Parts: sequence; structure tokens; C-alpha cells
Amino acid sequence: MTLVSGWGRFPVVDTDLLRPRSFEAVGDAVADVTGSVARGNGRAYGDAAIGAARTVGMTGFDRIRSFDPATGRIRLEAGVLLADLIDTFGPRGFLPFVVPGTRFVSVGGAIASDVHGKNHHCEGGFGRYLDSILLRTGEGETIEVSREQHSDAFFATVGGMGLTGVILEATMWLRPVETGWIRERVISASDLDAAMRALDAGDTATYSVAWIDCAARGRSLGRSLIYLGEHADRDELADGADAFPVGKDPGLSVPIDMPSMTLNRYSIRAFNELYYRMGARRAGGSHVVSLYPYFFPLDSLSDWNRIYGKRGFLQHQCVIPEAGARAVLGEILERVARRGDASFLAVLKKLGQGDGLLSFPLPGYTLALDFPVKGDILDFLDEIDRLVVAAGGRLYLAKDARQSRATFEAGYPALRRFNAIRKSLDPNGNIRSKLSQRLFDEV
Amino acid sequence: MTSRKSVLVLGGSSDIGRAAARAFAKAGYDVGLAGRDVAALEPDAADLRTRYSVEVGVYRFDVLDTAAFDGFVGSLPALPDVVISIVGLLGAQESAQSDLAHATTIMRSNYEGPSLILGLFAEKFLGRGSGTLVGVSSVAGDRGRASNYVYGSAKAGFSAFLSGLRARASRGGVHVVTVKPGFVRTKMTEGMKLIGPLTVEAPVVGDAILRAVETKTDVIYVSGKWRLVMLIIKTLPEAVFKKLKF
Repeated sequence: MTLVSGWGRFPVVDTDLLRPRSFEAVGDAVADVTGSVARGNGRAYGDAAIGAARTVGMTGFDRIRSFDPATGRIRLEAGVLLADLIDTFGPRGFLPFVVPGTRFVSVGGAIASDVHGKNHHCEGGFGRYLDSILLRTGEGETIEVSREQHSDAFFATVGGMGLTGVILEATMWLRPVETGWIRERVISASDLDAAMRALDAGDTATYSVAWIDCAARGRSLGRSLIYLGEHADRDELADGADAFPVGKDPGLSVPIDMPSMTLNRYSIRAFNELYYRMGARRAGGSHVVSLYPYFFPLDSLSDWNRIYGKRGFLQHQCVIPEAGARAVLGEILERVARRGDASFLAVLKKLGQGDGLLSFPLPGYTLALDFPVKGDILDFLDEIDRLVVAAGGRLYLAKDARQSRATFEAGYPALRRFNAIRKSLDPNGNIRSKLSQRLFDEV
Repeated sequence: MTSRKSVLVLGGSSDIGRAAARAFAKAGYDVGLAGRDVAALEPDAADLRTRYSVEVGVYRFDVLDTAAFDGFVGSLPALPDVVISIVGLLGAQESAQSDLAHATTIMRSNYEGPSLILGLFAEKFLGRGSGTLVGVSSVAGDRGRASNYVYGSAKAGFSAFLSGLRARASRGGVHVVTVKPGFVRTKMTEGMKLIGPLTVEAPVVGDAILRAVETKTDVIYVSGKWRLVMLIIKTLPEAVFKKLKF
């Protein structure tokens, strides 16, 4: 048995962790015990990629099967990391259409969470650029699912948290790009209204995201820096610059668990103040930055999750439908600012419609906040959840470690349909994760 | 054949073998993957071709079938520039203590086979006057330990063979690299308790092998920490060492 946790390092669970080397062995691993789920690179924050009894590590399946540079169509195994795709195909002029905030996620994980990027408001999520998925169901069948064949299974698997079966391979499209650089424009917004207006105005930008200073209160509540981005053409680069920037391995790392008091309301406020002022100075004009810091600002600090100390941290990411979002977001930010221990990573962004049955995105605003696990944080977040549910919103399963069944069921009306499809693919309930036990499975 | 350099990886389906093949293909080498199960090598071959646009061949090779070695070398379409032997078998020390057949397999897989095949390539390389041979040995060969001396002694033999071969071949323009990886997270070590700070992932070993070949390094410990650890282990007096249970 092995102690395993998600990126948030909460909860930590003892599980039978296997790393099969063949698809047959994956089948055996799933068949001979009730309650297993696939795990990619472990970047889901909570308990999504931990099996009820057994966890099937998939990162060994990292082969590219084929690639057609004429169409950008690629067939690959589910354990390939987006970092690997970017490093391998970026210099050849292709990038994934959708990247989340870290490039160290597997393709299988990205499908299972139907991850979104800074372009979700206009280009949709990871699932939109999928052609088909090779799925090993809980019943033991291996089927190719797509919008045309087994389409129910396809739309249940996109965003289905690995609960329809083990994702073995996928066929998807990569985006042709001229360069690996992004033309970035920073806008500083002095409060929440200004931030939301700037995001609305950024609807036409391919990429947009806001970093919120969640320590700011009063008239500055919700003050933000909005980052808009477009793929830069070759002629926008400085003379002599490579068309594709070098992706450095994380230079810095957090070697130990920081004492949990490192992050307190004073250090967080000081950091946020500094960050806001530095960013505000850059605001206005546009400049060209490497895709790495633009898309993956935290990847340069490996093991940054250890900053929150041994007990781990919780990320609370909700989405609130557009109508009424202003009032709810204001209320959440007010409560968080009063509390004072939310971290530097508070992100606000607009989302469009999700593709999968359980995909997180819906048209509205998503807010992501990190909290160290301590004190009355669980009660506090339950109260935030009530605001989210009342506004017709929901929480991102890939980040979740603690929401209640009631919150989940209220937020995901397609759940009943998902459960029926899951049952048909896995009548004996072989595929079960800690997350599904907590939120889905009959008790 | 192209004018690119070429590498042959013996044990191409192992984790370190796959990692080494990727590192070399990325650096522009054409690749030969050799192993017992040719069908299992095909997906890796396709992966290398797709990623790096190099030529990749797959060949059947069984390290225990020494009688077939001459034929194997002769059947290759061309003599490669670099040959890497990653084959090996950890086995089970406890059963090897009484099961002579198992002990023999461990010894042959880690010493006899790898030494003979690299020795054979060495003669071809010396005839040509160029080439690099890489043997993946083990820190376990630096000193026999209670917990794995059957494996360790075979690796010790392999290390000694490589060291002697290097001394002889260097005069003929042929370089020999000995790799002592330490703990690597692979299928061979799955389930073993590995010490985190002393453990590396397979791609780190693959990159280190490429670097050693290109810089003509003689002996590499993949993690520098292992050089120190093994220095201490090697210099402990036998009277102390025999009391240690590891």
C-alpha cells in the first residue's frame, strides 16, 4: 500500500498503487478488485485520482502513436504530459488548443477533467479538440468512443473524472502556431466592477484571465490585473529571437514543507500589494512573452504546493452564471478578505459552455481561491458553497476535496444521466474513486 | 541508411532503455531497439519516429541466447556508432540462495550476456577504429551486500569487464562507458522501498547516458550523491560492513 494524495496534499489516502505496463495489465488491474480508478500525473487537487481500493498509474503510457502535420491530428497514449507535447511539437509549430494553469497534466487527466484554459470563453475546453478516446470500461470492454460512435460514453468520459473507465489513448487536434510567444496586454482594474468590465471587454481576446488581490478590502475589493493574450506572429518577435522559446525545467523548488505560519494575513497582504503594484506598472501597452510564463506561471516553482505546509491546502474553484455573478463574487471576496488567509493565487476568469455531461464550465465567471487546511476552513467553505448553489453555480471536481453531496447534486443537473451511462459501462461498479465514493456512489 | 549517427539499445523495452532511446533520438541519432519481444518494441519505435523524424529499427535479442550473438551482430543492417546494454535481471536474492537455476539466470543476465555481446561489438568497433559501448551496471556491483549479492556480484563482474575493455579499447579509438544508476523508479524497482533523495526517474538516466557518450566520460554515477554513498560503503572495514543488514 502507498500513501497517495492529490496536488493539494489533502486528503492523504492509503491505496494499492499499480503502474501497469500494458493495456492488458491495465485491464487486469481494474478487473480483479472492486474500486479502482486511473491516475495521471496527480495534478487533480483532491481525491479524484485515488481509487476506492486501487489506483492505476498511467504515466508509463507516454507514447505518441502518430501525427499528421497537415491536419494537426495526433494519436497518443493517455499518460503523455502536455509538457511533453509542448516540448516535442511546439518547435514544429503545434501546441495543444487548451492548456490549464500547469503543463504537468496528462492527456488522460485533461480529458477526465475536461480542463479549461484562458481561452475557454471563446474556444471551449480540452474536450472540444478531441476526436476520439480509447476507453477500457469497468465491464472489461475496450471501445473507441467519439461524437459519432458510443457518443453517450464519449460525452460522459469528457469531464467524467475517470469514472466511465480507464482512458487508454486519444486522438485530438493540435493548434498550428507561428511561434511559441504570446502578445500580452495587462490591464489594471481598481475594483471588482472594473475587473469584470475588463474581462467582458476581453471577450474578443483569445486568452483572458484576471489575478485578484484577495487581501484588498473596502473600495479596493476585487482589484485585479487582467492578462489578455494572443498568439504572436513571427514578425512580432525581436530580431534574432527563436520562433519557439526554450521551456526551462523548474529552476526553483520548495524543498521542504514550509511551516504553516509562513503564510499569514500579513505576508499574504504584503505579497499581493507588491504583485499588484509591479503588474500595474506594466499595464497599458502590449508586449511579447514566452508561452511558459504566460500560461504556466507557477510551473517555474516546482512543488509549490509545499508552501502551504504539511497539512496541505484546499483550492475552492466555483463558477457562477453570468446573471447575478457580480453580487455573489463580491460577497465571497468580502468574506475571504475578512478571513485573511486566502493565498496569492486568486484567479477570476470567464467561461463558456462545457462539452461533457459533467464538465465544469458554464457561461459565467469562475473564481479560484487557495486556503491552507487549518482551523474552521471546512465550515467556512461550506458557507461559500451555499452562496454558490443559491446563484446556480457549481464547483470544479478536479480541484475539490470536500464539497457535500448536496452541493454537488445541485450544481450538476446532468448527474442522473451520467450515472445511467456509467452504470451501462460498468454494471458491477468496478470503477470507483475516493471522489466517487464521496459524491456519486450509492451508499 | 542516413548519414546520421546511430545507436543500438539492447533491452530497448526497459524503462531506462526507452529513456535512452528517446534521449538519443532527440539528439538526432537513428535508433535500433533490441529485445526479446519485438512486437512490444513497435509502439516505442513508432513513438520515436513520430516525435523526432529519425529512422528506427527493431530487432530480436535475447541476452541468455549467447549462441545467437554472432548471428545477431551480423544481421544488423549496419554497424551502429553506439551500443548500449541495459539488459539485466534483479531476480530474488532469497530464492537465488538455494535455487541454483535462478541464481544462474541472474548471473548470466547481468554478467555473461551483457559482457559477451559488448565484447563482440568491441571487436567490430576496433576493426572500424571508432564507436562507443555503454554498459549499464549498478552501484550494487561496488560491494557485495547481504541483501543482493547474487545480483551485485554479477554486476561487479560486468563492471570489471567494462573497465578492462575500456583500457584495451581506448587505444583503438573505441570508448567504453560504465553507468551506475543507483535507485531508478522503474518496473524493476517497483514495490521496493527507495530512498527519495537518492532516487531518479528513468529519463534522467537516459539523458545522463547521452551526455556521457558525447563527452566521453568513463564511469558515471547518475546522481552525484551515489558516488559519495558508495565511497563510504566501499571503504567501511569488512568487520563493520558484515554487521550491516542491507
